[in-house]
Amino acid sequence: MMAAAPLLEIEDLGLSYATEQGTLRAVDGVDLRLHRNEALAVLGESGCGKSSLAKTLLRTLPRNAYPPTGQLRLDGRDVLGLPEERFRREVRWVRIALVMQAAMNALNPVVRVGEQVAEPLRIHHRASRRQARQRAAEAFEEVGIPTDFLRRYPHELSGGMRQRAVLAMALVTEPDLVLLDEPTSALDVLTQASIMNVLKRIKHERGVSFVFITHDVATASELADRVALMYAGQVVEAASARAFFSEPAHPYSRLLMASVPRLYQEQPPSSIPGRPPSLLDPPAGCRFAERCPWAFERCSEPPPMIPCGERRQARCWLHHSPGGAR
Amino acid sequence: MTPWLQGLARLRQYPSALAGLGIIALLVAMAVYAVTAIPYSEARELWRGGEAWQDLPTNASPVWTDRLLGGNAPRTIRVATDDVVMEQERYEGVRLQRAVLPVDFPYGGFPQEINLFVESQFDERQPFVRLTWRTPDGESIPLDARRVGESERISISQDRQLESRLGFTPQVGLFTDAEPGADDPQVRQGTYELVIEAIQFEETATLDANLVVYGQVHGLFGTDHKRRDLTVALLWGTPVALAFGLLAAVGTTLTTLIIAATGVWFGGWVDAVIQRLTEINIILPLLPILVMVGTLYSTSIWLMLGVVVVLGIFSAGIKMYRSMLLPIREAPYIEAARAYGAGNARIILRYLVPRILPVLIPTFVTLIPTYVFLEASLAVLGLGDPVLPTWGKILNDAQAQSALYHGFYYWVLAPAALLMLTGLGFAMLGFALDRIFNPRLRNV
Amino acid sequence: MTTPQPSASASRAARGEPVLCVEGLQTHFDLRQWGFVRVGSVRAVDGVDFTLDAGETVAVVGESGCGKSSLARTLLALHRPTDGAIRFDGTPLNGLSGSALKAYRGRVGYVQQDPYGALPPFMDIQRILAEPLIIHGVRGRAERARRIDAALEEVGLTPAADTRGKFPHQLSGGQQQRVVIARALLLRPAMIIADEPVSMLDASVRVEILELLRRVQREHHLALLYITHDLSTVRHYVDRAMVMYGGRIVEQAPVAELLARPGHPYTEALLSALGDPDADNAHRQREVPGGEPPSLIQPPSGCRFHPRCRHAMPGKCELEPPPPDFRPRPDHRIACWLHE
Ligand SMILES: Nc1ncnc2c1ncn2[C@@H]1O[C@H](COP(=O)(O)OP(=O)(O)OP(=O)(O)O)[C@@H](O)[C@H]1O
Ligand SMILES: Nc1ncnc2c1ncn2[C@@H]1O[C@H](COP(=O)(O)OP(=O)(O)OP(=O)(O)O)[C@@H](O)[C@H]1O
Ligand code: SF4
Ligand SMILES: [Mg+2]
Ligand SMILES: [Mg+2]
Repeated sequence: MMAAAPLLEIEDLGLSYATEQGTLRAVDGVDLRLHRNEALAVLGESGCGKSSLAKTLLRTLPRNAYPPTGQLRLDGRDVLGLPEERFRREVRWVRIALVMQAAMNALNPVVRVGEQVAEPLRIHHRASRRQARQRAAEAFEEVGIPTDFLRRYPHELSGGMRQRAVLAMALVTEPDLVLLDEPTSALDVLTQASIMNVLKRIKHERGVSFVFITHDVATASELADRVALMYAGQVVEAASARAFFSEPAHPYSRLLMASVPRLYQEQPPSSIPGRPPSLLDPPAGCRFAERCPWAFERCSEPPPMIPCGERRQARCWLHHSPGGAR
Repeated sequence: MTPWLQGLARLRQYPSALAGLGIIALLVAMAVYAVTAIPYSEARELWRGGEAWQDLPTNASPVWTDRLLGGNAPRTIRVATDDVVMEQERYEGVRLQRAVLPVDFPYGGFPQEINLFVESQFDERQPFVRLTWRTPDGESIPLDARRVGESERISISQDRQLESRLGFTPQVGLFTDAEPGADDPQVRQGTYELVIEAIQFEETATLDANLVVYGQVHGLFGTDHKRRDLTVALLWGTPVALAFGLLAAVGTTLTTLIIAATGVWFGGWVDAVIQRLTEINIILPLLPILVMVGTLYSTSIWLMLGVVVVLGIFSAGIKMYRSMLLPIREAPYIEAARAYGAGNARIILRYLVPRILPVLIPTFVTLIPTYVFLEASLAVLGLGDPVLPTWGKILNDAQAQSALYHGFYYWVLAPAALLMLTGLGFAMLGFALDRIFNPRLRNV
Repeated sequence: MTTPQPSASASRAARGEPVLCVEGLQTHFDLRQWGFVRVGSVRAVDGVDFTLDAGETVAVVGESGCGKSSLARTLLALHRPTDGAIRFDGTPLNGLSGSALKAYRGRVGYVQQDPYGALPPFMDIQRILAEPLIIHGVRGRAERARRIDAALEEVGLTPAADTRGKFPHQLSGGQQQRVVIARALLLRPAMIIADEPVSMLDASVRVEILELLRRVQREHHLALLYITHDLSTVRHYVDRAMVMYGGRIVEQAPVAELLARPGHPYTEALLSALGDPDADNAHRQREVPGGEPPSLIQPPSGCRFHPRCRHAMPGKCELEPPPPDFRPRPDHRIACWLHE
């Protein structure tokens, strides 16, 4: 699994929006590393900057966003500095595809889904109309939609089918990395489970890497090899899924895991009191300090990502060894 | 309501909106001034014309047009016997009264007309009046000599005998020293005098005379064919136009909106009936109907307003509001309101209608001038209110008197400019409001 | 909210009578072509029986489109039932109208799925909460303000003064849902119907809202019907669960029993489709019944689940609909031939 160079390296990535109230820092100093055929779940509650992170990766930022800062490397090659035209030709939808949040509701209602799914191929001049249609049919099969649905209009498809169609659209150009922004949040559990099944199969069969954005811990566990937990614009813990789900390191991770309603556990879930800070004016120290039961004096300083295991870091002073060896 | 205030506060970012607001404020100020300075009944009375205007020239251009052209057109000069000393001499049984009315005439053109208004009081015998014109050179020209009644207008400029004696029309001949019959008589500037000599046969009889030498220009806006100062109609046209526009816009938009909401809410046959009525009404031509009502019934502005509102209710707006309201009908908050017991009327008025009011405000603002124009068009077609002075009525008079043919541009330009200003002001405000309120609606 | 109302339902409950009693309920929607020709109907609720006791929380679980919301709306008298009987507090709901209907609506609270959509965007919170009070004739500004503040504080929006003057878009999703719950509580209802109250919310606030619902339900001894598609949110917050499929209830049992011994193959499928967070989840395919949810216009014959059922018995399941009350235990009812 550990290939030589990571597929995607994110270093100190930052993104701000200009708003009427001032500058809103939605992504702040994010470091992440993703290897080939790995699935990274980006977890975090609403407004913590997950979608902004995904949009930065694919440069689909809204107008009021400032240019992102930091480093972004795909196969060791810088992509943040790439001119827009080359980015469009060489990266977007060619190497990285995105399934946007609520994309299933954003399908064009007057164009047949088959044509919409083939659209990325046509845009990138990678196929004739006929080939594109052929590829779209294959993508449909891959995600489990009967191919005769190609000729239907979006409103003729159920929610689950529409979500599969947007998934097919992301896969049709055979990218190395697919970003999924809350792909199952609006669906019921059965549909959700079958879509997760599709994703698992594709990952296994095609060796695609995924960045899977969700606010639901249980859903994250359905695909993730690694987990990055975000809080108020920062990654607060990055760990392997196994480590994260069995013994979360960051206090926020622990409380989050305890707040998950579970089917087979006697102990009722407990909610996390308080609300995340405003991103317009985040606290100077640890951003979670106000809600953290373990907080101590040191927490008024901003904690760095502190290594606390193999390929594992937590942004918390509790993991800081006084010797400062690491 | 905070969002409303926020929206209005954002108007400050639009210079065009501020300009529009400025224009509207100006119009409102004019309207307020008009109704306070000239009460409604007085305005109606004035506009009927007649004696109130006898001192004014007909079809006089505004003073500033003359200034602009660098001319020196004559103004109106009024001199009364009250302003001068009246000499008296007594003979057996009669009194001789004598007054000299000075006319200071520094202008480059001839007056339009010369009238002397004479009033006298006597029991039985009318006074006898003799008029003499004295030029600055001291030359005396005898004018009329006659008995005068209690109130009399002596039209010096209409005196045909005098005209033939002078070789010019009197208003020219009396103010020039050119040879009679010359082609291009020039004004002789200086102080002229009208000598009035009256013989009174009764001890208590009196005589007052009032000389008016009519100029070619008058005031800020000029006068019309009935000597009426256009200022009155231009001023009073403002409140009439604003009130008509506002009432018609409010009347049509609100009722239309409520009817559309009712149809949307009840659906079924109620909606179907409203839809069909609208479709029929859309193909009914508004203007011809108004013309019909105006010719057959009455052209009162209030009746016209009523007809406009009634015909405007089932207008195409219903279709637009309906398409906006249909998705709102399905909104969860409406369902919630039903679930806590809100009745139909409450849902329509408090849950459906307020939701689309923000979009309506810009439409509403831009609708106001449309109705102002409609009222003006009606007046131009001769269906203006019979008694009220309005902008449209000025245009109608101008048209009837072939103002443009005669070169009385001012007569058309002033009301047209006010109409355009109104349209511009409301349009600029409306477009800015549209930009402020509409993206909101698209977001939610 | 200071004094719990000594209501008729409390006394009935003492006698062991249910607050809500639903028998053979059907809600069908006509499908029309060109607006008038009836071409069929959507059998959204198609023969539902259950009871709800005072102080009891019951979950209705089922996948999208199985008729959960239609059931809720019928119970709220927002749809007219096609057939069947609903009795609330012993009074039949059929044919209620005018002030009796309004009074009924005052006694049933409603919490919707989308909190933002459920609050009129052009009213501030004070106004939103005043509406039900005004409609139900609570006179006096001061009295209304007092009840509004009490309700806001009860749902944890303290101090109430911070929230009162705000507009819905100025609140977070969780806070909006709290306002919706406050509105449902304002008229001191005997029953609350919550239609997917947390499915649009962020996972981190779901638990808060569920805890809040549970708390107010206990404090006011309310009957609570909690509709969800997610069984994982059921375990700690309800007493009993009903599983709905294709417009019918296929299984009902106390929640622990249902999770431990699911009787209906569909319940099993729902349970196997989700799991607790675990790193191994990523490496195994979940068992999901194939096929699409059943059409409610032409529902499958016999057992409506048979086309997707692993255990379907040919010659039986597709022919005869199973009766809704095979009882492996007195309080466990299953509509499946396996339990005959
Ligand atoms: N175009 C924008 N302009 C200004 N602020 C924005 C913009 N888009 C997002 N934000 C703000 O940036 C922050 C992060 O937003 P983002 O959409 O990335 O969050 P998220 O984690 O994806 O949340 P969700 O789960 O609700 O989708 C939020 O506080 C949001 O309000
Ligand atoms: N007013 C209506 N008119 C016609 N059909 C309707 C109406 N309301 C619901 N339906 C149909 O009835 C069926 C059941 O819908 P319902 O909303 O009750 O399902 P649900 O279980 O609440 O689903 P979800 O989980 O998606 O909310 C659906 O097929 C829906 O299309
Ligand atoms: S009745 Fe038959 S088809 Fe229906 S659930 Fe039971 S076994 Fe499956
Ligand atoms: Mg997002
Ligand atoms: Mg529903």
